[in-house]
Amino acid sequence: MTTAAPSESPAQTISSPDEQYIQVKDFSFWYGSSQVIFDQTFDMPKQKVTAFIGPSGCGKSTLLRCFNRMNDLIDGIHHTGDVQVGGESIFDPMLEVISLRKRVGMVFQKYNPFPKSIYENIVYSLRVAGRSKKSELDEVVERSLRSSALWDEVKDRLQDSALGLSGGQMQRLCIARAIANQPEILLMDEPCSALDPVATGKIEELIHSLKRQFTIVIVTHNMQQAARVSDRTAFFYLGKLIEYDETQKIFMNPEKSQTEDYVSGRFG
Amino acid sequence: MHHFYESELEDIRRKLVLMGEKCIDIVRLSIQALEENDLGTAQRVLGMDDEIDELELQIDGECVRYLSLRAPVATDVRLLTLCMKGCHDLERVGDEASSIAKRIRRLSRQGRAIGNLAGIPEMTEMVITQLRNALDSFIDESYEKAMSLPESDRKVDDLNRANFDVLMSRSTDDPTYVAIGIELIFISKSLERIGDHAVNVGEEVAYLIKAKDVRHTAAVRRSPETY
Repeated sequence: MTTAAPSESPAQTISSPDEQYIQVKDFSFWYGSSQVIFDQTFDMPKQKVTAFIGPSGCGKSTLLRCFNRMNDLIDGIHHTGDVQVGGESIFDPMLEVISLRKRVGMVFQKYNPFPKSIYENIVYSLRVAGRSKKSELDEVVERSLRSSALWDEVKDRLQDSALGLSGGQMQRLCIARAIANQPEILLMDEPCSALDPVATGKIEELIHSLKRQFTIVIVTHNMQQAARVSDRTAFFYLGKLIEYDETQKIFMNPEKSQTEDYVSGRFG
Repeated sequence: MHHFYESELEDIRRKLVLMGEKCIDIVRLSIQALEENDLGTAQRVLGMDDEIDELELQIDGECVRYLSLRAPVATDVRLLTLCMKGCHDLERVGDEASSIAKRIRRLSRQGRAIGNLAGIPEMTEMVITQLRNALDSFIDESYEKAMSLPESDRKVDDLNRANFDVLMSRSTDDPTYVAIGIELIFISKSLERIGDHAVNVGEEVAYLIKAKDVRHTAAVRRSPETY
């Protein structure tokens, strides 16, 4: 077992023709006086899946939540450095957080449908935005449910309660809800941790197909899942970015011994 | 449920079939070069061997990648082990055909007609059938076809021994034939080894289908006099 303290997070750049869409620059983050992210610099490509892996407490979920400023809801947080989406800083004082969250959708660990119908779950954010034309809402519902591979299973019961769906279906409904607004980025925080293997397989299929439309960042504790679904993988330890590379490289021939120890299950 | 990455397994499977087809072609071509004493054809054999080597590298690389990234289990693991071991056997088939081609070059320098090839043409047809059956057992997932290979391989072994006796006898009778006789004995031996590799592939196919390791069991053991 190797658990040596990590070295300082170096800037991690990968030579690639892909457009770098999410750019993390010298980024550090604190909860009060406790620093949980240390000086991270790396880029994530457009319409690819980037997986964040690392043991509990390594800061991967915190970093993910920074991308749509979910952490703003917590008292006492502060950061240094920057995160840019499509070349724009998400911390720009002129930026409306609501508009950022329309661009950056999120799916959580535990599926959390609203206690409403399947239909209303998907159109909820559109109704909040003042869009109420039925034909438009119907179109969004069908498109979102098709994209989340749920349409065929629920098309005849759209007015049924979402709470009557299975766990896997509820999570796919949450994905449909997250993409209803056509975000550019989809953040997924351990989206399969509460699901059985069959439901997990369906979500993985979905992630694979959704990357044609969205830039996806997924936090997962399941190394096999990261290996299966992602194009790039970032390994974090104690708030530092230890290694970031093509997923194939991380799982077949990582540069750092800490990465190898982690992906082979020797620690963490 | 079909996973999005199953097409990668299908690609590996297709490459192994392609490699097998190339092996059948290369064996046929090598003996054609011998029968026609055609150095150009012998040279083509060497080029084909390079293609077979390249397929081995591709299949091995893709299998290791799949094992590393896809966490395969059950049939998928057995398919990958078959492909990794099978492609090694097929690569050896290519090497044996190359070895035959190189012997044809040496035979051409003997300055006299090679003469009768003993049982080599017949043996070639037998080992090509062996390779065909090994490949078909994989394509059709036929346990019966895979397990028929050891029996037919015994006939190839018998023919190899008969070739040895004939060619040794000729060499004893005619000292100027010794160099040719030795080369033909080695060519016969190469064909016999190709038959063995076909049997090995069949054993791997049997493992794929039934998850039962038949290697070194009575079902596939060669007759004692083979050795």
